Amino acid sequence: MATPKRSLRERAVEGVVFSGGMASIVLVALIFLFVLKEALPLLKDYPLSRFLTDRGWQPTLAPPEGPWFGLLPNVWGSFLVTAGAVVLSVPLALSTAVFTSEVAPSWLRDMLKPLVELLALVPSVAIGFVGAVAINPLVKDLFGLDTGKSAIAGSIMLAFMAAPTIATIAEDAINAVPRSFRDGSLALGATRWQGISGIVLPAAKPGILAAVMLGVGRAVGETMVVIMVTGNAGVLPDKGIWYAFTHSVRTITGTIGAEALEVANGEPHYRALFMLGVVLFTITFVLNAIAHYSLGKGDRRAQA
Amino acid sequence: MCHVCRFGPALVAVGCIALAGCVAPPKEGSAGAESATLSVKGSDTMVQLAQAWAEAFMKARPDVRVSVTGGGSNTGFTALISKGADVANASRAIKPEETESAARKGVTPKEFVVAQDALSVIVNKANPITELTLAQLKDIYTAKVTNWKDVGGSDTPIVLNARESSSGTSTFFQEHVLGKGVPYAATAMLQPATSQIVAGVAEDAGAIGYVGLGYLNGSVKAVRLKKDAASDAVAPSIDNVVNGTYALARPLFEYTNGEPAGAVKIWLDWVRGPEGQAIVKKLDFVPAQ
Repeated sequence: MATPKRSLRERAVEGVVFSGGMASIVLVALIFLFVLKEALPLLKDYPLSRFLTDRGWQPTLAPPEGPWFGLLPNVWGSFLVTAGAVVLSVPLALSTAVFTSEVAPSWLRDMLKPLVELLALVPSVAIGFVGAVAINPLVKDLFGLDTGKSAIAGSIMLAFMAAPTIATIAEDAINAVPRSFRDGSLALGATRWQGISGIVLPAAKPGILAAVMLGVGRAVGETMVVIMVTGNAGVLPDKGIWYAFTHSVRTITGTIGAEALEVANGEPHYRALFMLGVVLFTITFVLNAIAHYSLGKGDRRAQA
Repeated sequence: MCHVCRFGPALVAVGCIALAGCVAPPKEGSAGAESATLSVKGSDTMVQLAQAWAEAFMKARPDVRVSVTGGGSNTGFTALISKGADVANASRAIKPEETESAARKGVTPKEFVVAQDALSVIVNKANPITELTLAQLKDIYTAKVTNWKDVGGSDTPIVLNARESSSGTSTFFQEHVLGKGVPYAATAMLQPATSQIVAGVAEDAGAIGYVGLGYLNGSVKAVRLKKDAASDAVAPSIDNVVNGTYALARPLFEYTNGEPAGAVKIWLDWVRGPEGQAIVKKLDFVPAQ
């Protein structure tokens, strides 16, 4: 059927699409290699065991005591703020997704969906400013703290940022569940809620998991907001989890964001920041891989 | 991925290229239409001062354009060494390592004292504390003391505010209060700018922080400092810096690459002259002697 001319054009288009796709892969690989190349010489000055186990991050502390490039307080801060954001945002985002896709009348859905997507577009520096001016004092009064600059304030702001991402992707996953599943459960005498909770949500589970992972990825990588609201104290938990939540933390992104522009190219501090970059890259890569894997699983099951 | 570390080198590169293009000194002899651009970068403590200088200076010398950026003393030295700035502002003296790394890049930093400052310790206005010894201040910032009642105040937990590691003020405070090589308490919140320390201390009843003299305002209370338990408590003020009684008095510097010439020389002469020093006074810093 295909004339030679058309197949030529198709091949050209194919080539463009292919090289475009490859370019992004190559680009990501190159960025990772660059970050790795800048990071690894750190290990000559600062052994890996110390980077992984030191409890402090004080890059300008004078020798012989310093400097300290401890990964732990940074990772702990990122973990705590992100975990809090997940706990706060997932129920909110999933309720939004279920409501817009299953419950809301179509005119309301048409209004809500763009609004939720708009929320994902608010610049993070604006969210951070709102956090510093409004949420920090609120958190301080609510929990009776000494200062509002705390992990929980960061979690609340990141939940705001992650929720729209999770809600829109989860909603797509729920919409992708075939109509026949819902009809079938109704025909068997199940109520609408039984249908949603027992049939539709389990069928959409891989997509929902992927949505959560992408939301987590957004929260882990966020920089501006956490610098503005968490106070940036590089502490490790020694007084329990609630104490840690209501006190200041320092995140990987916060450290990189606050210090990257000040360091001289090639000095150990510069290498250490790139090392944090490697860790952050690895974390987001794993999260994306989990999201991708669970989406793939969902596709296979839908085809079966 | 972190945005800053990916774009950081690119930004620096762009900055260098831009400078290389602009700073070409107006050497063509007499015909006077050329204009020079001067980039002044560094200390966050000095950024308001440097901006005020730049504004007045450009009125006096419309042929020289001056751009001022903050970011911290480290940022200024880093820029001077990588030739990303013509003048580095610093609230601390250059470190030997920095001089070495400058020498490797063919840069010879030259130091000028352009003003003086009293590094002021501030607390919330509701805090009954009015004076502290340097030893107490050290105990507070190393978390040996975590409640105001242990230094004679009310029963309130202490909230520590310090500056990020890019800050010369942070380094100065560390060297002169904690001691060289003594770490800050991990619980110290590292604020990216002086204004955020003032805002945090005004907000939190148990907070303490340190800022340049020019940043004191009605929203916070400056503590009088005692060199030791026996000495007099001295308030941070211009007079007490001049008469040498304030414990945390410090010079504020500008550094240039080698002996200043062209626009850099015009700038430094002006800054250290009567007009520049009048502005130092106006912004509540202490003139260089």
